Order: sequence, then structure tokens, then C-alpha cells
Amino acid sequence: MNTRSIASFLLGTALALAATSGAMAQDKTIKIGVLTDNSGLYADLGGPGSTLAAQMAIEDSGLAAKGWKVDLISADHQNKPDIGTAVARQWIDVEKVDVFMDVLNSGVALAVNNVVKEKNAILIDTGAATSDLTNAQCSPNTIHWVYDTYMLANSTGQALVKAGGDTWYFLTADYAFGHALERDTAAVVVKSGGKVVGSVKHPLNTADFSSFLLQAQASKAKIIGMANAGGDTTNTIKQAAEFGIVAGGQKLAGLLLFITDVHALGLKVAQGLNFTETFYWDLNDGTRAFSKRFSERMKNKAMPSMVQAGVYSGLIHYFKALEALGGNPHDGAKVVAKMKEMPTDDPLFGQGSIRADGRKLHPAYLFEVKKPEESKGPWDYYKLIGTTAADQAFRPLSESACPLVKK
Amino acid sequence: MQALYAQLLVGLINGSFYALLSLGLAVIFGMLNIINFAHGALYMMGAFVAYFLLNLGGINYWWALLLAPIIVGIFGMILERTMLQWLTGLDHLYGLLLTFGIALIVQGVFQNYFGSSGLPYAIPDQLRGGMNLGFMFLPIYRGWVVVFSLVVCLATWFLIEKTQLGAYLRAATENPTLVRAFGINVPRMITLTYGLGVGLAALAGVLSAPINQVRPLMGADLIIVVFAVVVIGGMGSIMGSIITGFALGVIEGLTKYFYPEASNTVVFVLMVLVLLVKPTGLTGRAA
Repeated sequence: MNTRSIASFLLGTALALAATSGAMAQDKTIKIGVLTDNSGLYADLGGPGSTLAAQMAIEDSGLAAKGWKVDLISADHQNKPDIGTAVARQWIDVEKVDVFMDVLNSGVALAVNNVVKEKNAILIDTGAATSDLTNAQCSPNTIHWVYDTYMLANSTGQALVKAGGDTWYFLTADYAFGHALERDTAAVVVKSGGKVVGSVKHPLNTADFSSFLLQAQASKAKIIGMANAGGDTTNTIKQAAEFGIVAGGQKLAGLLLFITDVHALGLKVAQGLNFTETFYWDLNDGTRAFSKRFSERMKNKAMPSMVQAGVYSGLIHYFKALEALGGNPHDGAKVVAKMKEMPTDDPLFGQGSIRADGRKLHPAYLFEVKKPEESKGPWDYYKLIGTTAADQAFRPLSESACPLVKK
Repeated sequence: MQALYAQLLVGLINGSFYALLSLGLAVIFGMLNIINFAHGALYMMGAFVAYFLLNLGGINYWWALLLAPIIVGIFGMILERTMLQWLTGLDHLYGLLLTFGIALIVQGVFQNYFGSSGLPYAIPDQLRGGMNLGFMFLPIYRGWVVVFSLVVCLATWFLIEKTQLGAYLRAATENPTLVRAFGINVPRMITLTYGLGVGLAALAGVLSAPINQVRPLMGADLIIVVFAVVVIGGMGSIMGSIITGFALGVIEGLTKYFYPEASNTVVFVLMVLVLLVKPTGLTGRAA
């Protein structure tokens, strides 16, 4: 090989390398995938509303005007982990999706969490509850945005034990989420000086709770903790009223309730329930402005749930991180690291931060459902009765089993 | 022991829904030879009609018990006239696929407009509250459901097995040509029968509206269990489906007490056992 051909070979390689790295820095394409329950019992709290929230985040970010190209796709995981992982693999391998949003249902979320880590994509989970996502199962590619079982247990559980509810019986949805919520709440109850007298596990998506409610009634526990969600919770509350459980002196604790559930139940049945959320449409001007725009575009004019609000908030922060990086490196761990570096700030969740274990921090609000006569109109449902500061609301890092946390 | 009585009673309540729904399926299968997969969707429509009657028309629960089955029954008869009647004489599979498709469409439309969490429907004032039976607190509404559905089931059985009209119906199923020769309008009878079966589903929907949320998927969750009930009871057997409906409700209730994790599979385990031992179902005749 003569000098000239070596030189041209080197030059060619250098040019090729420059071209690729240039393309990497300049790559301004983003593909977002909203993976959620589009048709089942959780479709109202995530579902099409989550896709709408993502769409609004894209529009509000103004990225298109800055030369970015943002694509949005959505799929229904039907609350089945196997379908969730199959979609996740296809999205990453074929569709080249950068970031997964929503992914409600803890069973599906834990499964997708593994795929996303293996393939170095990003999961910003706003829907799943299990605190394992930022604990034993934490990943450098995952941020858990809105709430988790530890936070719910800590806020609602502690408040109820303090108010005298020191014996608990759990009605638990029989999958990853229910188990995690029962475990975390039971721990808080015991720590606060209460006692767990029993529990019963019911299949996901149960229509009739009377058998389980009778068992809870017979336990004589002061508090019946509902470690379930969506349609299961609304059916439990409705049927508990029928069996005279609340009238008999036992109190129902909704460990995870969404505004869509309260809307479905109606204030007459739901009044007086205490539970914790991290977002409510009527908290301040920022939340009201967003929620009004959101509701106008929803088919049934629903206000956003905290899961849907989380999709918006999470994407806004994701976009900021990409802009700070100057382009999309299509490297999940790198973008997530950048997101953790930057403080979060958006009109829906206010100022906050993301911890090393992937936990997004913001305040938690303890709400009580208004009486029908206190409500001024549709969707005016909550009274704020307590706030836990961002640094107190979630599992402290000292208790974390996440390998990403340096101790 | 007291807890056991309570579970038996609760099982009976669920059983009455199974009985009403499987009865409608049995009537439709027995007379039309159609495996009506749209039954769950029609049950859901019954609940929604009750909701609309109350919230848009101010028509109360008692009228809804009468009107919803009629309205949904008419919808059913339109389905039969426009679509199902063309499947007469074809393999069961065609009816099953068509009705399954109808169910998906109806559920999809309702879900699109009303979401998945459903709408509230209150228990009528007259049936509020409950009584203490010593071993359990029985909500009056639940007691009403058991009594009312038992009466409806027995009336339907009587209509089909013991009256002149029922005799025509059964004869029309056995030999339509001969019955037509006697001057009876067989297609119209078939349409009315489908309407009756559908009306029973809608009635169950109205009964369940105050207990469960009025949700687009309320029927989809139930229909598979109800089919298992029909298979266990024997396809097309009227009394078989009534008895099996109540019995399976009780068995499911007991499972919820002794081993709750298995409560939504126990019916299918039983179905497999029955099919292995007696493939025609408990009361079924050989085809």
C-alpha cells in the first residue's frame, strides 16, 4: 500500500467519523411512545388522556419551531406484562422509540423497566405505583415521576393511624401493585403504632366485592385499607356503602384514588374519603390553566388525573434535557443522567428534582372528598387537608436498596 | 359458621345474575341455535338505558325495569332481522363470530363516549338500607335482586315449557317447516324469542346498575363466566341454566372465602370437570 492510498484511506475514515458524530450532535428527532391501558379498567386515569397530555407537551415545548421533529405513538398493553414487553421490544427495535411514557400497571411497568434498561431506552413512569421501580428494581434508564406505594402509605397511612385508626384489614388486588401497596402500608401502620389484623387478596378486575367486604367486616378492624385501584376501588367503595360498613363504624381508606374514580362514584358515595395525590387540577393558577385546556380537548370533558399530568410534566423536563444536550444522543442512560442533574420546574408539579435512584420528588397532598353541598360544580371534588414536603414524602435514600445509590 | 352462612347468601345473589344471563343465552341457543356472544354487551346496554332514563328523562328505577328490557329488546330484534336471520342453518361458528363482533363494536362505542370508569346509579330509595339477619347485614337491595330474578327465571321457564306459546316455539325449533304448515309465522316467532332473550339480559343489566358501576365493560367481564355456566348446565336447557347459575354463584362465593385467589377460575375448573365426565352438561340432552 503506497503513501497516497494510506493518506486517502485515513482521510476517508476521518470524514466518515466526522459525518457520524456531526449527525449525532445535530440529530433533532424524538420518538415518544405512550404505553398504557387504552381500553380496560385504568383507561380513564391514563389511556387516551395520557396521549393527549403528551401531545400538549409537544405543542407547548415549541420544539418544532426550533427545528426538532417529534413523533408520538401510543399502544394498549391491556394490563398484561407479556403484551407490554412485546410492544416495548418492537417499539425500541423497529419504531426506534426513545422514551416510554405513562406505563401504568405495576406488573407491566416492572416488565417494561427491564426491557428499557437492556436496550438503553428511557422509561418515565407516571402511572405505575410500585415503589420497587426506584428501590430494588431501580435502573439508570428509569424515572418514576408521579407517586409510589411508599409515598401513598406514608401519607395516608400515617394520617389515619394518627387519627385513631390503629387496626387495619387489607383488601388487596392480587398482583405486583396490590402486594407492594399492602406491604408498604402495613409497614407504616406498624411503625406508627397500629396493628394489621388480616388481609384478603382479590383478583384484578373483580365486579363483586361482597364476599371480601364481609370478611373485612367480620375482622372488626377500624380501617379497611383498599390496596387496589381504578374500577376495583370504585366497586369496593360503592358496595361497602351497601353493606353498611361505614355506617357500622369502620372506615374505608382509599390508598390509591384518582379524580376519575371520584367522578365515577359521585360525591354522594365518595364524600369524606381521605387519600393522597400529588396533583389536583384546582391547586393553583398553573394547574387550573393546564387542566382547562386539557379538559376542553377530552372527549368526555374530564379533568386530568395525576398520571396524565405527570406525562405532560415528565416530557417537558425530558425536552429541556435534550435541548441542554444540544440534540438527541439516542442514549437512554445519558439523557436520564442529564435529567437528574437539572432541577425540574413546570406549572403542574412546581419545582422539584430527580434523585439518583430515579425518584422524582415533589410535595404530596392529603385530600378529603367534599360533601355534595360543598362542591361548586363539576369536578370540584377535593379539599386539601395536609401537605407533605417533597423531601419527606418519599422513601429516604438511607432506606433504599437501589444499587445506584452510593452509601 | 356464621361467616359461612353469609358467604352462601352472597353467592346466591351473584348466582341470580348468572341465572338471569345464562337463561337468556339458553333461550336464544335453544330456539335460534345461536351462540349469542353479544349478550354481555346487551346486558351493559340495559344498565346504560336505565342510567339515561333516570338522568335524561327523570324516569325512575321501577319504570327502567320495564322499559330498558323493551328498548334493548327492540334493538336486539333489529339485530336479528337485519343480520342474524341470514345465518339460519349455517354452522354455530358464524353466529358466534358475528355476535362477538357486534359486542366489540357496541362496547367500543360506549367506551369512546363514556370512558371506562363508568357512571354512578343510585339504589332506589324504597330499597335502601339493610336488615340484620344475625349472621350478616343483608342490604335490602340484594335481597330484592335474588327474589326478583328467581321469579323472572321461573316465569320464563313456565312460559317456554308449560304454555301453548312455548309449545309452538319448541316445535318451531324442532321442525320449522311443519310448524309453518300449521299457519304459524316462524320467522316472527324467532325474532320475538331473540328479543325475549335480549330483554332478559337488559333486565339483569338494570338490576346490577345500582350494585356495580354502569361501565361499558361490565358485560365483557361477566359473559365468559356466564358461558361457562351455560356449558355446565347443558347448552339450551332452561331449567339447567337456572339451577347451574345459582349453584355456581354459591360455589364461587365459597371459594372467595376459602381460597380467594382462585375465585375467578373455579367456574372454569368445574366446567372442565363437567365436560370430561358429561360432555352434554349436567342437564343437557345428547345432540
